[in-house]
Amino acid sequence: MEFTCLSEGKGYYFPPCHILDICGFRVLFDCPMDLSSLAIFSPVPTSSNSIAYNRKFSCSSEKYAGLELNEDKRLKIDKPLDANSLIGAEPHYRTVKNLLLWNVSFIDVVLISSPMGMLGLPFLTRNKDFSAKVYATEATARIGQLMMEDLVSMHKEYRQFYGAEESDAPQWMKWDELELLPLELRQIVFGADGTEFGGWMPLYSAADVKACMLKVECLKYAEEACYGGTLIIQAFSSGLEIGSCNWGISGPKASISYISSSVFSSAAAMSFNYQALQRSDVILYSDFSSCNGLDKFDNDDNCSGAAGNNYSNLSSDDVNSEGHDTLLNDEEYLEEMEKLNFICSCSVDCIKAGGSVLIPIARIGITLQLLERFAVNLASENMRVPIFLISSVAEELIAFTNIIPEWLCEQWQDRLYSGQPLFSHVEMLKDGRLYLFPAIHSLKLLKTWQEPCIVFCPHWSLRLGPVVHLLLRWSADQNSLLVMEEGLDANLALLPFKPMAMKVLQCSFVSGIQMQKSHHLLKILQPRHVLFPEILRQHIGPLETVFSFNYYSENKMVHIPYMKDSELDITVELACQLQYTTLKQQDMNISRLKGELMIEHGRYRLHLGNDEQVSSHPRPLVHFGRIDLNNLLTALQKLDMNATLEEVTGAAGSHKASRIHVSEPSKAMIEVIEAQTVISAADENIASVISQAISGVLDCI
Amino acid sequence: MVIECLVLGAGQEVGKSCVVVTINGKRIMFDCGMHMGYLDHRRYPDFSLISKSHDFTRSLSCIIITHFHLDHIGALPYFTQVCGYNGPIYMTYPTKALAPLMLEDYRKVMVDRRGEEEQFSSEHIVECMKKVTAVDLKQTIQVDEDLQIRAYYAGHVLGAAMFYAKVGDAAIVYTGDYNMTPDRHLGAAQIDRLQLDLVITESTYATTYRDSKYVREREFLKAVHKCVASGGKVLIPTFALGRAQELCMLLDDYWERMNLKVPIYFSAGLTIQANMYYKVLINWTSQKVKDTYATRNAFDFKNVLSFDRSLINAPGACVLFATPGMISGGFSLEVFKQWAPCEKNLVTLPGYCVAGTVGHKLMSAKIPTQIRLDEDVQINIHQLSFSPHTDAKGIMDLVKFLSPKHVILVHGEKPKMVTLKEKIQSELGIQCYLPANSESLCIPTTHHIKAGASDAFVRSCLSPNFKFLKTNSAELDDSHKRTMPLLQVYDDRVSEGILTLQKNQSPKVVNQNEFMEALGVEKHEVKLAHCFRVYIPDSESGDASDCLPSTSRKGSLLHLISEKLCRELPDFDVQDCQEHIQIQSVVVSFCSNEKCPHRTGVSLQSVDKKEVHFCCSWSVADDALAWRIVASIKNLELDT
Repeated sequence: MEFTCLSEGKGYYFPPCHILDICGFRVLFDCPMDLSSLAIFSPVPTSSNSIAYNRKFSCSSEKYAGLELNEDKRLKIDKPLDANSLIGAEPHYRTVKNLLLWNVSFIDVVLISSPMGMLGLPFLTRNKDFSAKVYATEATARIGQLMMEDLVSMHKEYRQFYGAEESDAPQWMKWDELELLPLELRQIVFGADGTEFGGWMPLYSAADVKACMLKVECLKYAEEACYGGTLIIQAFSSGLEIGSCNWGISGPKASISYISSSVFSSAAAMSFNYQALQRSDVILYSDFSSCNGLDKFDNDDNCSGAAGNNYSNLSSDDVNSEGHDTLLNDEEYLEEMEKLNFICSCSVDCIKAGGSVLIPIARIGITLQLLERFAVNLASENMRVPIFLISSVAEELIAFTNIIPEWLCEQWQDRLYSGQPLFSHVEMLKDGRLYLFPAIHSLKLLKTWQEPCIVFCPHWSLRLGPVVHLLLRWSADQNSLLVMEEGLDANLALLPFKPMAMKVLQCSFVSGIQMQKSHHLLKILQPRHVLFPEILRQHIGPLETVFSFNYYSENKMVHIPYMKDSELDITVELACQLQYTTLKQQDMNISRLKGELMIEHGRYRLHLGNDEQVSSHPRPLVHFGRIDLNNLLTALQKLDMNATLEEVTGAAGSHKASRIHVSEPSKAMIEVIEAQTVISAADENIASVISQAISGVLDCI
Repeated sequence: MVIECLVLGAGQEVGKSCVVVTINGKRIMFDCGMHMGYLDHRRYPDFSLISKSHDFTRSLSCIIITHFHLDHIGALPYFTQVCGYNGPIYMTYPTKALAPLMLEDYRKVMVDRRGEEEQFSSEHIVECMKKVTAVDLKQTIQVDEDLQIRAYYAGHVLGAAMFYAKVGDAAIVYTGDYNMTPDRHLGAAQIDRLQLDLVITESTYATTYRDSKYVREREFLKAVHKCVASGGKVLIPTFALGRAQELCMLLDDYWERMNLKVPIYFSAGLTIQANMYYKVLINWTSQKVKDTYATRNAFDFKNVLSFDRSLINAPGACVLFATPGMISGGFSLEVFKQWAPCEKNLVTLPGYCVAGTVGHKLMSAKIPTQIRLDEDVQINIHQLSFSPHTDAKGIMDLVKFLSPKHVILVHGEKPKMVTLKEKIQSELGIQCYLPANSESLCIPTTHHIKAGASDAFVRSCLSPNFKFLKTNSAELDDSHKRTMPLLQVYDDRVSEGILTLQKNQSPKVVNQNEFMEALGVEKHEVKLAHCFRVYIPDSESGDASDCLPSTSRKGSLLHLISEKLCRELPDFDVQDCQEHIQIQSVVVSFCSNEKCPHRTGVSLQSVDKKEVHFCCSWSVADDALAWRIVASIKNLELDT
């Protein structure tokens, strides 16, 4: 097995991407896209900032006019970063660069773990050499599709503004242009070490998305999909987002668990089902979340020091019961709820002051939870403030979340069982507390619009979609509130909207396994081998583990040994026909085995082969070992033969051969030279009797 | 290894489905239903047969419920809360959501209306449902290390599933109730091709063959329309779930098309609440209905209102859905009694009514007025003939598709089941049984021997093994033109290896070379040899000046022999290689070595010039062939 990490990703919105070679098949995990890189582009200008934009646009269109202008640009680098430094062009999107180094036609299977891990998929599927099977859970596939469609529709705004693209390489991508970019932007274009340019692609089209979706095979929760008869692929909830999953892959030689960023007690999605991953041979640990929230590390290290070093001391029962308690404690959940409540109370305060709230968070689970909370909080404050959900796919998304109770967290499932409606937003929609609109300029929206209000809308990068317009509208309003996620470079993201009077609330949500929990997790899962990201090495520290482990880093192939022999099922019909012989030296029974090997549902099975073949070509006996001459003599004498031994020596006196002469009942001679015995006899019968006697003293099969 | 199958209910009858299957030591209870026709102890399966000590938690690995109908789930709260079963219970999401409604409704009817002593309380239902693990379709659940179960879509009602269970190499499918044709709101049953030892299938309609549904739907709509057009009231007694939604979709759609304004009522909150479940669980309906979720959920009925008791005797036409379906009591009976005396009114009857219910009486009565009720019965009766059960063809199709080694029929009427059993045995050649209640049945299972296989063995099995055989179909024809050899390509991947068994180790399969290497032994070749004398009649004696025949003569003689052997051994490939002839491992050559060690037997000293020695050697495998060749060559002197 070979494992290569193509990209470590960058948090929730840009999950990691890997490729695994198992049982002769290449499996690609996720195909994401780095949307945070959109920050280098300037959002589509609207009337309020068009003046600034026009200045810039005329400047770039005359860029070949002369040296003067060029010098002008040089100055730009030294200038502090401002809205004009951003690239004013139709954006390109940054894909996983290392994936381009692989031959697309050699990928057999693509496993999509979350909607975010799907956003780059149309780039891959539109390649005419692409022939892999794509698996995703039903919910991931649907939500992913909606997110891609939304992206395409938001991007349209750029396209309408800039017109059709002239060539493959836009102006801004030219080297001399790139060199002129401010340092901050260059770091995003080229990567921190300046070597990562590449993977910038123009966005796919709606048709690409549609074609891509046709290639996605939807899986039910924990449904066993069988690829090529060999690999059994299963998706288990990871708890990160509605529909997101971890993968179990098992073949005849190994079983592997792929653990993506997972959440034990999720606020919205069905929680991390780690029990299903128990006892797999290899765990590919691909949760990078603990390196993103750096502040937690000190705390974690202490805990792991205490808990992590005694893997072998505790009996497995103790480990398990203790482990489960640690993993499932609801601290995390409560903390998350507190955060959401905080967002709510901040929002309520800001509405009280007459401002509006803008929430460009693309996490569906968080959005649903916030809607629930707003429903309660606003009602308790006796406030009637409209909530708008503006997105080209808002209606579909909300309708879809209503029909997938199978992927929701326990708390919401319990509502279903107790006969309550799943979400309060169904009621809110009915009585006009919540509105869904496809776009900011839709007529209905303009009619119902009222401020203050609460708006959920894409895109979190603050470069696309309704959020741009609303930010421009509210950025100067000190009473309004923008809720955004941590991890995004706020300074750069908010650049086009400066000066900002608006309040900004940055918050982080649980998006992976905490380091100390991962120790307990692995204790329970009992793998034989674990692959950790290199970046976690310092946090994992010296482990005293029952499993072996090593580390991987970006674009370096790691070899994973197979842990066991292939397993073979032998049918009873065949097993009944086996004739065992016991070896003379070892205490071992052996039997020749002949049949037809099939691979069915990830298992090798040996059937009784074609009868005709078996009977028509009896396999000759194969002898092995050395002849013990005395034994042979005894055996011959038992058969009433008169046999005498003669040693033949070579010219130099070296031992050449041993000969046994048989005189009775008829003449025969047996010559034994090391690993060869020759029987000479004129009589067929005696020859066969002798050869049987020889078979008797040799091991044969 | 056997599968033991203990039928606790629905053996040769319909009602209280409950089968306990033991596969390789794992015990699974499929369904835990109650019989609607009995009010005494016979309404529950005889659980004491499972365990004398009544320690059900230990004696069962899990319970699987196929769908929410009471004859499949009715006894569950009793079994878990009163009998004390505390182990895992599995059912699909919709079943888990809808079952409490059914159970609570039933409990109310029993206690509140009939005034019976309650078998289980509301609390019991809630506590019981907490123990349930909900599963998705096709989700493969590892109940414990050995037992694996999986649900497949069964149609029938929302959330109905067939269940697959596997322990080791033995596997079975328990179908529950299913429908092989899609209806208004549900799809047809769907299952993978599986390797099964046993299928336990329902056989409600073991001998019925149904035609298209559309005719029956039209008849129903016509009857309803006729009734309401003349100002009559239509009573549709149904289960709250399933049939109600199907008929309602049908009517709602018809009302739209015909622009009818007659109110359609749902009795009680139950069905209204049920509709909410249908909306959320729309993924479990048919594809066509499912696709509507984003625009208008198909279960958002436009023309449906909720009913109030005061409306019973309100003037004007109406359609009313009321529970229970078999008019065994409750609201449907209440309304029936009110509406029955009026000949303008219409009551529909479900396809199946348990004996003892009013529905059953109505169904069996030729003329309605003969029914002994307190009231005079003048109402029109329309028998609904669409059923969510599969017909005989569907059962045959499913059994044929799954091709199990054995079939057990349950949930049917004995005479019909006997007919179906014979059909399955004669047409499909599959053993079929119909055990009665409390009967136990053993069925042999498949079992595989597990072994480890070395890479080299697997590789050698998987690599193609091409054999090119040239078959000269015709010999050289008269005109000496060679016919083209027919090339035949074989790819016989016969896997050969060596199975080794060692104490305290699992069996292992390796290929031969690996085996030798692992043991550190060499192959030992055992050959046979024979050097013998043949008298060659001299045709050209003058030339024979040498002791030995000249090389050219030797050549021609060998050629002669090879031709002869070719003739005599047409099945073998005789290779004439100048110095020797080779047939498989048999090598024949002239022997000039006077002291050839293989020259045994009588050695005559006389050196006849016409004598030639042939030396043959071969390996043990070709022993028989070699002696044939020896004999053939010895015969040379006689032939020539």
